Amino acid sequence: MPTPQALTAPLKVLIVDDEPLARDRLRALLSDIAGQMPTEVVGEAANGLLALDVLRQQPVDVVLADIRMPSMDGIELASHLGRLENPPAVIFTTAFDNYAVQAFDLNAVDYLLKPVRTQRLLAALQKVPGPQPDVALLAGIGHEVRGGGRTHLSCHERGRLLLVPIGEVLYFKADLKYVTARTVEREYLLDEALTHLESEFAERFMRLHRAVLVAKNALAGFEKAAGDDAEAYGWALLRGVPEKLPVSRRQWVPAKALVKNS
Amino acid sequence: MTSIRHFPATHPLPDWRNFGVMLRVLLGVNLLAGLAALLQSPDLAGWAAHYVELAAVVEPLLLIGLALLSLLRDLLWRLPLRLGQLCVLALAGGLAAVFFGYAASLALADMGSLMRHVVLAIAAAGMLLAYFELRSRAISPVLTEARLAALNARIRPHFLFNSLNAVLSLIRARPQQAEEALESLSDLFRAAMRDPGEMVSIADEIALSRQYLALETLRLGERLAVDWKIGAISMDLPIPPLILQPLLENAVYHGIEPSAEGGTVSVIIDRKGDELHIAITNPTVGQAQHAAGNQIALTNIRDRLALYYDLEARLEIETGDNRYEVRITLPCQRRKPSPLR
Repeated sequence: MPTPQALTAPLKVLIVDDEPLARDRLRALLSDIAGQMPTEVVGEAANGLLALDVLRQQPVDVVLADIRMPSMDGIELASHLGRLENPPAVIFTTAFDNYAVQAFDLNAVDYLLKPVRTQRLLAALQKVPGPQPDVALLAGIGHEVRGGGRTHLSCHERGRLLLVPIGEVLYFKADLKYVTARTVEREYLLDEALTHLESEFAERFMRLHRAVLVAKNALAGFEKAAGDDAEAYGWALLRGVPEKLPVSRRQWVPAKALVKNS
Repeated sequence: MTSIRHFPATHPLPDWRNFGVMLRVLLGVNLLAGLAALLQSPDLAGWAAHYVELAAVVEPLLLIGLALLSLLRDLLWRLPLRLGQLCVLALAGGLAAVFFGYAASLALADMGSLMRHVVLAIAAAGMLLAYFELRSRAISPVLTEARLAALNARIRPHFLFNSLNAVLSLIRARPQQAEEALESLSDLFRAAMRDPGEMVSIADEIALSRQYLALETLRLGERLAVDWKIGAISMDLPIPPLILQPLLENAVYHGIEPSAEGGTVSVIIDRKGDELHIAITNPTVGQAQHAAGNQIALTNIRDRLALYYDLEARLEIETGDNRYEVRITLPCQRRKPSPLR
């Protein structure tokens, strides 16, 4: 059932794949079905990071995203897009990712198997906007596909999507409503839960305190709290920034052991 | 084409020229000698002395026996199995008889013990033959070949479907290139489905690898560079099939695809003395190459090398700063076609 919008303007499509020939093929198929489904390819990108660059320049209705790509894969791209105010629809393409395909099937998320067939592409575009995968689903698939967490965190500032490389984050701190991520340069406000961050980046971060996760490689040393401090049993010193982070009684011994052994 | 249906480990009558077999024979006989020494000596202190005494007799016999068996290997293989085994027993007994007969003639031993030694030598040989036969049954050729076939047919589906997608994209714009790509793809699958018991020439394996890399280049474009260094080797040297290609597939999958800039895979093939050395190096991107798929492929190749060469082939892995290297060492033997069993 064509919506009034579809009658007036062609769908703006962004093609994201690291293989030039795969992008060519999608472009060719889109022009084949232009009679039934008018589309306009507004851009191509070779990975998720470059796709986000394109998205900053112009509005896009549909992103056709390959799952496996260098720098930032399609699953992570979708998780950043999901945080946008008016997110574009995402249709995944994949050559062979059993786990992802099963997860999509279970959650009625549309995807295309490569080699992509014309009719399947048409059917997928006609369903736009279909159900989009939620953050938890993407985190699970991402873990399976890339064997770890996201490469970047995203946050909004004045309507812009900012990306923070996970490797630059020194610590996360939870306040009443928000989680802040601290890099050497500055702080970012994130719309994330500390517990999710802890499980997603378990290899890189450890919990110091009820409200603090620290990058293991940022820990420089420890200080015992003076007197009977209610907030912390001790304090952790960091490389690169002057702040001290509170350490709870429970985490004091494991945290010190970590620094000693590294 | 050379048949390698006689994997050293699957022969009831072993390949006496194989290092692994020799080692097993030496260890086995010395173990028996050790046991015999223990039986003869009243206490543990006398054991070493008894063993040394026994070894002085056993080792020369054993070495001469092994040398004769190596010479007679092909002849023995041509006989029916039981007759071949009987010949080995006769050889052991005969050697012992000659040895002790000579010793008796020099009055170093008495003729009375001659028969006893002959029986002992035959018993030891019989035990070893039984061991080799049991071992070969444990690794039965049927099982082995089924396993080899399964191992061979492990071209990544990820690669297959992405390649087909690339070819489909070429058909309209560059039909000739599409044809070439499909030809390469079919060669690759023919190789994967070939009889795994056949050796291939190293020239064939290199050609196949180049075809595979051409397909990857189609997909990855300038991200993939390959640096071949092939030394002075005889191009019809036989090697087991699909040794090189799966390693290159690993190198591309783990070293090139995860990198936006790509990188260079280097392949060095050279001969040092009687050994063929193959080294494949790829850059690593962030995470270590411990992914499950990589391990499966390496285990497969290691298993196959063990089946083809027993202890004479090696597979080593070296991880350095942002690089990952797999090295394979094979004996450069030119095996003659041998009778099928």
